[in-house]
Amino acid sequence: MTDQTPPTGQGPRGELPEPVVRRRRFSISLIWLVPVLAALVGLSLVVHAWLQAGPDITITFQTAEGLEAGKTPVKYKNVVIGKVNGLELSDDRQRVRVKVALNKSASSFATKGTRYWVVRPRIGLGGVSGVDTLLSGAFIGTDVGDSHDEQTEFKGLETPPAVLHGAPGKSFVLHTDDLGSLDTGSPVYYRRIQVGRVVSYALDKDGKGVTLRIFVDGPNDRFVSRSTRFWNASGVDVSLGANGLKLNTQSLATVIAGGVAFEDPHGPHDDTPAPEDADFTLFTDRSTAMAPPDGPPRYIRMRFNQSLRGLAVDAPVEFLGINIGQVVSINMDYEAKDQRFPLTVGAVIYPQRLGKAYDKLAAKAGLQDGRVDLGRMFGPLVEHGLRAQARTGNLLTGQLYIALDFVPKAPKAVLDTHATPIELPTAPGSFDKLQEQMADIVTKLQKIPFDSIGQNLDATLGELDRTLKHVNGDVLPELKGTLKGAQRTLGSADSAFSADSPLQQNLGSTLEELQRMARSLRALTDYLDVHPEALIRGRRDDPPPAQPSAPATRQGQGSKP
Amino acid sequence: MNAPRAHELGMMACHVCGLVCREPAMEDAACPRCGAGLHRRKHDSIRRTWALLLAAFILYVPANVLPIMRTVSLGDVDDNTIISGVVELWVKGSPSLAMIVFTASIVVPMMKFLVLGTLLVTTQRRSRWALRQRAKLFRLVEFIGYWSMLDVFVVALLTALVRFGFFSQVEPLPGVVFFGLTVILTMFASMSFDPRLMWDGPDHD
Repeated sequence: MTDQTPPTGQGPRGELPEPVVRRRRFSISLIWLVPVLAALVGLSLVVHAWLQAGPDITITFQTAEGLEAGKTPVKYKNVVIGKVNGLELSDDRQRVRVKVALNKSASSFATKGTRYWVVRPRIGLGGVSGVDTLLSGAFIGTDVGDSHDEQTEFKGLETPPAVLHGAPGKSFVLHTDDLGSLDTGSPVYYRRIQVGRVVSYALDKDGKGVTLRIFVDGPNDRFVSRSTRFWNASGVDVSLGANGLKLNTQSLATVIAGGVAFEDPHGPHDDTPAPEDADFTLFTDRSTAMAPPDGPPRYIRMRFNQSLRGLAVDAPVEFLGINIGQVVSINMDYEAKDQRFPLTVGAVIYPQRLGKAYDKLAAKAGLQDGRVDLGRMFGPLVEHGLRAQARTGNLLTGQLYIALDFVPKAPKAVLDTHATPIELPTAPGSFDKLQEQMADIVTKLQKIPFDSIGQNLDATLGELDRTLKHVNGDVLPELKGTLKGAQRTLGSADSAFSADSPLQQNLGSTLEELQRMARSLRALTDYLDVHPEALIRGRRDDPPPAQPSAPATRQGQGSKP
Repeated sequence: MNAPRAHELGMMACHVCGLVCREPAMEDAACPRCGAGLHRRKHDSIRRTWALLLAAFILYVPANVLPIMRTVSLGDVDDNTIISGVVELWVKGSPSLAMIVFTASIVVPMMKFLVLGTLLVTTQRRSRWALRQRAKLFRLVEFIGYWSMLDVFVVALLTALVRFGFFSQVEPLPGVVFFGLTVILTMFASMSFDPRLMWDGPDHD
């Protein structure tokens, strides 16, 4: 370098000691190994990062709540497979675009069918989830599908999916009128064990019902057979039966948060496990669910000519005491002919609830338009007196129900078997009948001519008055004289019967004579009693007085033991 | 200033015991008294300094890009690079701390690179420009070199002290290793640089 200058100058150089010569040092170029090594390390880092980098994907969410660029991890089965590295709004500002850098090993997650959602703490009635994220912050959960087609743009789910892809089990479709208190994630119970959950729900396209999708985890999905009944287990069933009050719930959670339960019906039924996505009806409660199937509903109509106060829509329709349907409409009509306002009551009935009776009747009636001919089925019954009546179901509230019953001596009616819907003839209900009879009595009472009766009575009384006056004036004085005469007669009778009257004395002596006669007669009879022969032989001399020995002997005999 | 240099007089002093002896003709000489290696200038100074400086600079890139520290508090994991840590400190209301960290971790290493680079280039070109200032700069670099490990110390201390499991935890990340290597290499570089070479140029006046 710079030390090749030859030594110059004089001075004390000659006396200075000569340095010792040592071995040669190692190659100077080795120092360049240090930057090379550093470069290699840097390069390895770059290569490592490049190898680690997987596909970049974009997920859109409605909100970026809890997400942080450069921090929020993307996890699959709680393994970090990527990281959010950017957040931005979509062009229309409706959604949030989350840019995610997936790891190299997670490139299979950038495929079609992969679902992403944000796991953040969720506190619902049914439970709490994602508590760990309360402190650690939200993360993006992942569920991978089957597809291998690459995709980098995803639409994130707003709620975690209830079922992960490939989870053992089956999903089923339930149809119901309303959702009740069910929600996504509501539990599904089988014999009070949770075996699944509600995955999703949606209104039907026509808006007339709700379709629920549930997932039953394996291996319990095999308990769902073709004839399984599902019912909404939310709430409390209180039933008052012969055994007392019964309270029936699935679990406390379902009371609050709702749930679905299922069970096979009693009796013989189809046991084959239901296929995936099989359709079922979700009943409102267990008893409805377990009841025999209703079959298709049929519509009937009835015209009542009386007030139907107390009859409401949903009032039951009973056939001989069996509930076969309910009232669905009450409409008023007007008949100009006789100025009446008949009420048309529409009802839906489920003829199959009649059980065997239905089978027999239906077989007899035959089919029409693929359905049992209701007109022909009810025709003979109407001929035998089947009538619809509005009866009082509850005396306190005056609620009415429709009873289809055989009314004896009902006025003849004919069912129009071709009308659709059929219109059943009606009869006044029992209460109305009572009212009618009361009215009858009242009219009969009204028919009594109280006015003329009163007038007649008045005249009669006047006549009586006159008669009495006549009696007072003419009859009574004469009566007085008569009475006096009678008194006199009685006085003479009295003197004739007095103690010292000759009649009395004669009577006394006569009676004495009679007494004596009677005594002698008794003596005679006594004698004859003892001596009956005297009648023939005549009277004998009196025997000596009887010996007192006879009683003594009797006594002695008696004292002998 | 016409005083002769030792080289001009054909003399050489031992760096350890100060024995002055004749300048050897060969490269590898040793002090006859204490046995320490004898050399007029630091051996291969410019080249070594260049190499070390270059290595330090290369390592400085990952030191800045990679996160140096992971703080976990209540499950909230936070990885910080040097710059993000500075920014976080600044944003969270401790600008003075931010300035200290910024100075120790960014300004000082960068200054070392620049100063040493400048010294090397000017020395190689035998430039006579601002020699005294350059000498001052070199002394400054040597002095502050001791303090540039601040970041590494902070991370090491926090890692050792903040160990509350789930509630709070600090972990070192690879970035801090690179940063430490950078600091060490720059220190070696400034050590291997021989400031006397600056004055070896054409005779000063």
